[in-house]
Amino acid sequence: MSTGLQVDSAGRLRHFLDVAGLKRQQLVEIMDTAESFSEVADRSIKKVPLLRGKTVVNLFFEASTRTRTTFELAAKRLSADILNLDVSTSATTKGESLLDTLRNLEAMHADMFVVRHAESGAAHFVARHAAPHVGVINAGDGCHAHPTQAMLDMFTIRRVKGEFTPLTVAIVGDILHSRVARSQIHALNTLGVRAVRVIAPQTLLPPQIEQLGVEVHHDIHEGVRDADVIITLRLQRERMDGRLLPSKHEYFQLYGLTETNLATAKADAIVMHPGPINRGVELDSGTADGPRSVILQQVTHGIAIRMAVISMVMAAHTGETTE
Amino acid sequence: MNDPLDASALLDQLTTGLTHWLTESHRPDPLMVGIHTGGAWVAEQLHTRLGFKEPLGRLDIAFYRDDFTRIGMHPLVRPSQLPFEIEGRHLVLVDDVLHTGRTIRAALNELFDYGRPASVALAVLIDRGGRELPIVADVIGTMLELPPEQHIKLSGPEPLALAYVKRGTGRENEH
Repeated sequence: MSTGLQVDSAGRLRHFLDVAGLKRQQLVEIMDTAESFSEVADRSIKKVPLLRGKTVVNLFFEASTRTRTTFELAAKRLSADILNLDVSTSATTKGESLLDTLRNLEAMHADMFVVRHAESGAAHFVARHAAPHVGVINAGDGCHAHPTQAMLDMFTIRRVKGEFTPLTVAIVGDILHSRVARSQIHALNTLGVRAVRVIAPQTLLPPQIEQLGVEVHHDIHEGVRDADVIITLRLQRERMDGRLLPSKHEYFQLYGLTETNLATAKADAIVMHPGPINRGVELDSGTADGPRSVILQQVTHGIAIRMAVISMVMAAHTGETTE
Repeated sequence: MNDPLDASALLDQLTTGLTHWLTESHRPDPLMVGIHTGGAWVAEQLHTRLGFKEPLGRLDIAFYRDDFTRIGMHPLVRPSQLPFEIEGRHLVLVDDVLHTGRTIRAALNELFDYGRPASVALAVLIDRGGRELPIVADVIGTMLELPPEQHIKLSGPEPLALAYVKRGTGRENEH
């Protein structure tokens, strides 16, 4: 579904909606471009003039701090103008439809929408209805996909580990509701890792998860055994209401990442988390702040990956005027 | 010199020219920066021959080009690497072929995002004419007057070799 929508006939990324459907070479190109952009942060002037005069609109229908601010920084470092619209508190509460909001923003000569929405498929919907000169980036839609998060995770893994093919990657936590996990699984398999494991209680796993190409584990000690990368997922508060999980405390006892649980992983294994972390729920402080943790590097890499995706999508629309 | 595209002979001339120029212009302890890719290859050779002590810098000007809105991103962009502080230093910027001057304009803009150098000099292997901007090289290997559709391509890095190529518009790789 998203392939025809996000990649044009010349193979350019017109929209970035989902990792699924993209080829390995396209994922590598995103990471290579991000590699070039990461050096910009070391300069005295942390900015390149590439997207001067372009306007990026952060269209966030759902709260977010990290994703929104790193998209904002990425756009600013590319010299684009950025507009932050917290849509949940503005037009839509006044009864304006999503399409009317889009038309109004297009009338203001927006060149790109970065969309975060609680409903799966929202960014695809926006991409389908946006004007031809407008690129759309999915900043997280429901339980479906979060492709820039997955790519910054891949970029972090590549920077530390180099090659993907020998790696065993374990993803721990709420797979069922996680758009991050879904995108990560697609990206890891496309990049050809040796194995992807998911570790979760049965209640937090989608049915037939194996069809995505993962090994299922319910025991964290077994799941992280000989793993090179361990990704912990955020446990959303609303999932802790007792229907799917007995309690936070019990979750931490069974699935929380600690130095003890990590003992069976490879000696040089890294620990990742998309943030924000719940200390004492998904992992303990010793692990979150320990030498294996690359959690803050993930945040830094998020800017370079978003610079890469914004500029690639913008480039696919070159030659199309706003008129 | 019989072959106008003898890379090795041009490199000798550029080396001699740059050595004299640096002495005469009183620019102590210069740093060298090559423009990716051909300019960086020429710069590597010059850097060794002139015995520069500090490492060589490399610029990829892809994010500073003036044709993004027409042709979009360039594939295979490499990170720029300036492994030194340029603030207050004399720089020698090196490229293989000087043509329209647009690459040099972009390179100058990029350099100034790293700091404020004391000076920037330009050294190129070949000045082929056809300038579209008020840019001139301080030191050249040679000057060639070429028709607009004729281009020169440097291959390398080892050995460096020059060849004529014909391009439709020449817009994909403006110098």
